[in-house]
Amino acid sequence: MIAYILRSLAQAIVVMLAVALIAFSMFRFVGDPVANMVGQEASMAEREELAQRLGLNDPFPLQFAHFVRDLARGEFGMSYRQGRPVKDLLIERVPATIELALLSSAFALVFGIALGVYTAIKRRGLMANAVMSLSLIGVSLPTFLIGIGLIYLFAVELRWLPSFGRGEVTRLGWWTTGLLTDSGRKSLIMPVLTLGFFQLTLIMRLVRAEMLEALRTDYIKFARARGIPERSISFRHALRNTMIPVVTIAGLQFGSVIAFAIVTETVFQWPGLGALFIQAVQFVDIPVMAAYLMFVALVFVLTNLGVDLLYFALDPRLRGATAAPAR
Amino acid sequence: MRAPTARQEGLGARLWRAWDSDIAWSFRHSPVAIAAALVVTILLLGAAFASLIAPQNAFDAASLNLMDGFTRPGEASATGRVFLLGSDDQGRDVFSAILYGSRVSLLVGFASVIFSIAIGVTLGLISGYLGGRTDAVIMRVADIQLSFPAILIALLVFGVARGLIAPQYHENAAIGVLIVAIGLSNWAAYARTVRGSTLVEKNKDYVMSARVMGRPAFAIMGQHVLPNVIGPVLVIATINLALAIIAESTLSFLGVGVPPTQPSLGTLIRVGQQFLFSGEWWILFYPALDLVLLALSINLLGDWLRDALNPKLR
Repeated sequence: MIAYILRSLAQAIVVMLAVALIAFSMFRFVGDPVANMVGQEASMAEREELAQRLGLNDPFPLQFAHFVRDLARGEFGMSYRQGRPVKDLLIERVPATIELALLSSAFALVFGIALGVYTAIKRRGLMANAVMSLSLIGVSLPTFLIGIGLIYLFAVELRWLPSFGRGEVTRLGWWTTGLLTDSGRKSLIMPVLTLGFFQLTLIMRLVRAEMLEALRTDYIKFARARGIPERSISFRHALRNTMIPVVTIAGLQFGSVIAFAIVTETVFQWPGLGALFIQAVQFVDIPVMAAYLMFVALVFVLTNLGVDLLYFALDPRLRGATAAPAR
Repeated sequence: MRAPTARQEGLGARLWRAWDSDIAWSFRHSPVAIAAALVVTILLLGAAFASLIAPQNAFDAASLNLMDGFTRPGEASATGRVFLLGSDDQGRDVFSAILYGSRVSLLVGFASVIFSIAIGVTLGLISGYLGGRTDAVIMRVADIQLSFPAILIALLVFGVARGLIAPQYHENAAIGVLIVAIGLSNWAAYARTVRGSTLVEKNKDYVMSARVMGRPAFAIMGQHVLPNVIGPVLVIATINLALAIIAESTLSFLGVGVPPTQPSLGTLIRVGQQFLFSGEWWILFYPALDLVLLALSINLLGDWLRDALNPKLR
């Protein structure tokens, strides 16, 4: 058990170090950090002084060591473009993105599971087939078009929902949330639908496939033979056994949801990390890009770690074995 | 003595064989595939012959007249011109803009797929054929590529390339950078598939005999193994083409793709979005429709191809 946890942890740390090396190489070798931070008319002495202060004259391994040390403390340097510490920018924008991503995942899970179960039970039904065909069209529909379509319908034509921003947010310490005000909740609806849609189709197809598999097994036939009501068979017996892969995929996808939020945040001018990252890419603001990369990597590593541990808790067979679970 | 090869058959016989093949049979009996192929063909021809079909060279500023701006589809503008799908704020014909725009989108889509096939197939062959440590390293890198969302990789590559290329070259390099960025974010699927089939093929007798004859490893991979592992690559390539076109339009929509002087479908949608609130829906709607039709038909073709090449799945 402890060996298993330690191995997962060690893997996580190696991945983080590898990503840190990529981030550091970007920081160090793309463009000239000094030229990016000072104006055109800065003198050579000023440039030299800045390079010294940033530690750019140190040997490479030492710079990397410092870089990792700073990362561990949450220091990502100064944004080239905004001249503010990247850490402050991140803290300012993390709540918007996390709130959006969590709600989207919840939306995708709830509706994805419901629709998946429905399409599996009513496999030959008209509605179920319609849902499946729609999901195929949904896959071909780029996220930003879904967002624009929603804006056109609910903001331009019907004027029910705001088309951009977070609305009024409430501060809870350093965290901000839109859930406590009316305008905040209204602002969340369309971005959540847009971001959650792709996950929804994914989860729906997964649940459907797993359910069809489960419904063919002997214990379901036996349950039918015992005269257990069909509803109870579907939800209490079959669905329960599909939950492990579904929760795994949903968990592992959380990092992707955060990354896909880049598009959603741009469409809805959502003040989150994704919008910050896009600006950084446009203006080659390397420290912000590097910090975003580290953030997404951290989310990936943490969700992977969480899922590994969850497997351990869910699947008793793993407890005896020393081998890592196959994913 | 050589057995008769396809080259010695007459043209008629060859055409008949193509018509009579399993794939063609399955195609003839799938209305969805026929419809999808028709749509893709029309859109491809439209893009290829944009300069002949388009009523206007949409990106030659001299041909635009501001008086024509915001003309509704099918109505006459202030100067009396009629635009099939309407005109945008600068009096540009939306229909022409779509033809020229889909040309850029398709160019980036095809080129990036070819680029990722080149990388993926090469690495997959090497990985499967050589095995050992090389295999482990390549597959680990492929794992990393697969576990990060393609859009994030493409954006990072794009940002880094922008930092490395001097600002005055940004516009000219944009399409090349996009192709590399999208290509680099999609190669791992090919590498995995090719590696898998290579592992099977490399133990077969023909590879053994080539080895005994003393052919170098790279010749065996390229001339003997490659033709036998390329089949599944085509299926992935079709589906990836749709993904690549969507990725290109997404990047352009985000404002980090091709410059507005050579707009793709994504750029047109980005521009059109500004006019959504003032009611000029056609500037946005038609490019978006073109993009969705293109992606959907390519996806449907990919689905059909997968089933046709793999009768077991049916």
